[in-house]
Order: sequence, then C-alpha cells, then structure tokens
Amino acid sequence: MSALIIENLYKNFDGVPAVKGVNFTIKEGEIFGLLGPNGAGKSTTINMIAGVVRLGEGAITAFGHDNQKDYRYTRRLLGVVHQEVVIDNFFTVDQALKLHAGYYGVKDDPVWRQLLIDRLGLEPHLNKVMLKLSGGLKRRFMIAKALIHRPRLLILDEPTAGVDVELRHGLWEFVREINRHGTTILLTTHYLEEAEVMCDRIAIMNHGELIALEETQELVRRLSNRQLRVWLDQPIQKIPVEFEQYAHQLKENGKVLLLNLPAGEGAGNVLSQLADAGLTVRDIETEQSGLEEVFLHLTGIKGRQD
Amino acid sequence: MVAGQDNKYYPWLPFLTLLRKEILRFWRVSTQTLLTPIVTASLYLFIFGATLGERLNVLEGFSYAQFVIPGLIIMGVINNTFANTSSSLFMSRYLGGIVDLLVTPVSPPQFILAYTLAAMLRGLLVGTVVWFISTFFATLPWDSPWLAILMAVLASFLFAQFGLIAAIYAHNFDTLSMYSNFLILPLVYLGGVFYPISILPDPWGSFSYLNPLFYLIDGFRHAIIGVGDTTFLLAFGVSGGIAVALFFWAAWLIGKGYRLRA
Repeated sequence: MSALIIENLYKNFDGVPAVKGVNFTIKEGEIFGLLGPNGAGKSTTINMIAGVVRLGEGAITAFGHDNQKDYRYTRRLLGVVHQEVVIDNFFTVDQALKLHAGYYGVKDDPVWRQLLIDRLGLEPHLNKVMLKLSGGLKRRFMIAKALIHRPRLLILDEPTAGVDVELRHGLWEFVREINRHGTTILLTTHYLEEAEVMCDRIAIMNHGELIALEETQELVRRLSNRQLRVWLDQPIQKIPVEFEQYAHQLKENGKVLLLNLPAGEGAGNVLSQLADAGLTVRDIETEQSGLEEVFLHLTGIKGRQD
Repeated sequence: MVAGQDNKYYPWLPFLTLLRKEILRFWRVSTQTLLTPIVTASLYLFIFGATLGERLNVLEGFSYAQFVIPGLIIMGVINNTFANTSSSLFMSRYLGGIVDLLVTPVSPPQFILAYTLAAMLRGLLVGTVVWFISTFFATLPWDSPWLAILMAVLASFLFAQFGLIAAIYAHNFDTLSMYSNFLILPLVYLGGVFYPISILPDPWGSFSYLNPLFYLIDGFRHAIIGVGDTTFLLAFGVSGGIAVALFFWAAWLIGKGYRLRA
C-alpha cells in the first residue's frame, strides 16, 4: 500500500497560485524528500497533507483513506514536525508529552515516551517549559511530540533548520532509525546534503510545480555534470574547436583544461579526442557534482553557493 | 521502536485531552484566572455590601446587597468565561500552538465543546466563590435556585461562544482587549448589575432594554430574589436565543477553519 498519494493538488492564496497540479506517491517505508527554493510550495503541500492548510483542489490519500472524508482516521496515522517552532509555555516538556498522545486518541505509553525522551536527550529538560529550551532542544521536543502517538508517516518540515552540525547528524541518525522500524518519512529541507544522504527518493518543486521526481542517486547521476580537469604536458593558447561542445575553461597559463562532461558521458571519449587533437595528457581528475548542482540547475537558481 | 499501527484508538480521548488541557491551563495560573476575579468581586461586595450598600435602597423589600450580589455573581461568570475562551484560543493562534491541534483528529464539535466546557467551569467556579463570599454580607432569598443555576450556565455558555468568536476575529491583543473593555464592560455595567433599569429616566431606561446583557443579569437576579425588570421567560428566551445564535456562529467559523487553517 502507498503511504501517501497526492493527486492534482492545487492551492491558491488570495488568487495567487501556490501549488499548481502536483502529483506524487510515497511508498510505505521510504524516506521521501521534498525540495525546492523558498516559496516553491513545499510547505503548502505538506500543510495540506497535515491539515493545517485547507485543501484547494485535488485529493490526498493516506494509507488508503481520503484525508478530507476520513480526516480523523488519517490524522492519527500522521506525525507532524512543523517548520515554525510552536511555543506553549503552560506546560513543561514532560507534561506536554504526557498530554499529547491523547489528542490522537491514544493512551500515554510510558515505555514509548521514555524511549523517545532518552533517544532525543530530553531527560535533563523534562521540567522546563519550552521557552527555557535552546533552539536544538525545541526541535528535539517537537520531534518527540510528533512521534508520541507512533505515527506511520512522519512529516518533517525543515526539521534541522537552525540546528548545529552535530545535532543535525544526530537527528538524521534518529530519523533513519525510526524509518528502519517501519515509519515512512516525508522530509522537506533546505540542506541538500541532508536530502542526498537521507532520502530514497526526491521530488523537487519550483513555482508550485513538481519539476523532478526520482530516486536520489538516479537524479544525481542523470542530471549532474562531471567536471574533467586535464593537466596538459604542453600549455596551449587556444582550445581546439572540437571541445567547444563542452563548457570549457583554460587555467594555469594554458596548462590545465577544465571540461564539463554532459550527464551520462564517460571520460574515455574526451581523452581520445584530446589524443586526436595532438594534446598529450599528463594527468586527469574528475569531479562529480552533487544534488546541489542538480537543484540549482533544475530550479534555475544561478550562482547560489551555500 | 515500532511504528504504531496497532495502537488502540479511543474516539473520545482527543476531546477529553483537549478539555483536560484547557482546564489545566487556567488552573496552573489560578492566581490570575481565579484569585484575581474573586478578589475584585470581593472588593465590590465590600463596597456595595458593607459600606455604601447600607445607605442605598433601590428595590423595595430588599437590601442593596441582596440586589447587587446576583449581578456581581453573573458579572464574574460572564467576564471569566469570555476571558478563558478568548485568551486561550487567541494565544494559540498568536503563538502558533494552534497547528499542534489542527493536525490531530480533534473534530470541530469536539474543539468547541472542550473550549466551552473548560471556560464554563472557570466562570462558574468564580461565580460560586463570589456567592460563597457574599454570604458574609447578605443572605439571598433563593427564590428559584434551579432557574438561577440554569441562567448562570446559560450565561457561561453564551460568553464562551462569544470568546471563541472574538479570538478568531481579533488581529492582536489590542483588538481582543477592546471586546472586553469597550463592549462587555459597558454592557455589563449598563445592563443593571448595580441598579434596576426601572429607576432610569427615559430614554435611558428604554435603551437598556436593547442591551442583551440586561436579560442575562435580570433573569439571574429574578430567579434568586423573585422579582425583576422583566419576566423570567423573556429574559431566558432572549438570552437563550443569543446563546444559540453565537454557538452557530462559532461552530461555523471553527468548522470552516476560518482564520485557523490557511
């Protein structure tokens, strides 16, 4: 069974389209990444799935149930970590966690609650209200809250925004562990490294539309370029005409030639072309671009380097 | 660490949890939510029951304290039910905590019922304590205690709905306080808490019959002392009608997710 089926999803805000005909399916048990620049429609899509934003048009089916007609059933199956930090200062971490399962119609399970507290390092902070928690602790608390009723699909909207590298890696490991034990994950993130190392499949949104959806490695392989750095035995002044098909550059006074290989093309062909042109190669190095380049290429954002 | 497909679901637990949370919410800050209104009402009781009240006589056959106490009780009920739903829901909207609730299976009727019952509990608690303190100043005749309870419950229900509506429409804390300071407060004060409408000269006396709160206050006092400016049935009918209208208004807003869901 699919964990989530999104069909022809549309949403306008005051006549301005935010999501324009999005379709995708999330398989049960996978980690699915939804990427896109700010304003791409990711959070609107996620919030329609979670129920925070009213459905514009289309259909959302979670584990075989319509999320409008059977909302009380489908919401029980979802756990949501919101992008914005939600502050409630009336209750301590411990009190809030004890209460939260009840909203989902599930009795508090002290063993499960303690496990989440331990795994997310919340034990020393149980008697603090949220305002007293650091940014990273707030995130961990929100993740614990989202998991307290044991959802089958965990939605993480920018879960590691603003947290330090060490904690980010800790959270990745935790999410993977949750996933290994059967929880499907839907993740939006700004950190492309996060998507690349975490997600089985990635969808990229831009201007409210889905512009790519593939297995992560396949997406990177198919759409990314490789750069070939060639050290020449003798410097050259001008690049031979047959290499103009590759976006090229000459560096180090003509001793180094940089060539961008199109997706799917190996270096062998270029090397024989170099030999045919009478150029002697001293050394070569190839560099594979990552998801970042794919993302920038697909969304048309140039010159952005984080 | 196993995903919880087989967690047993209790359909009423979301409602009971929200109700519990709403009750705990005012209970935890009881100095502000219970003690402050009780102290305020006690001061009124002292002023009008023990000092000024000795020199006032507005209704034949009753001391001023006997006249004013029902008004002070219902004022406590009104102010505190309104304060509870309006501040709780508005704070949730303002601080963003509402999203934690919107993603849960809590249905709109459960949502309204939980907020309403918790607010009613706070209002009626304040009213009960004010009545208890008032026994040190005067003995009420309790003409129809059940009808008095009915009117108090109706008042608390009505203002719980009004608080929900105000919380949804308010843009900021200023707008929210305008509802209490510029709408409820004058309507309560001019609605016959401190004097019978019948002693006002026209046109003020006639205008007072347009004040919806007059019917709540008069009906409650009527049930306690046995006389009023209007009949109990009219007071109950008008108040009941307003309560039902506000309930449908609040239910429509919350059912639609107006200003709650984008």
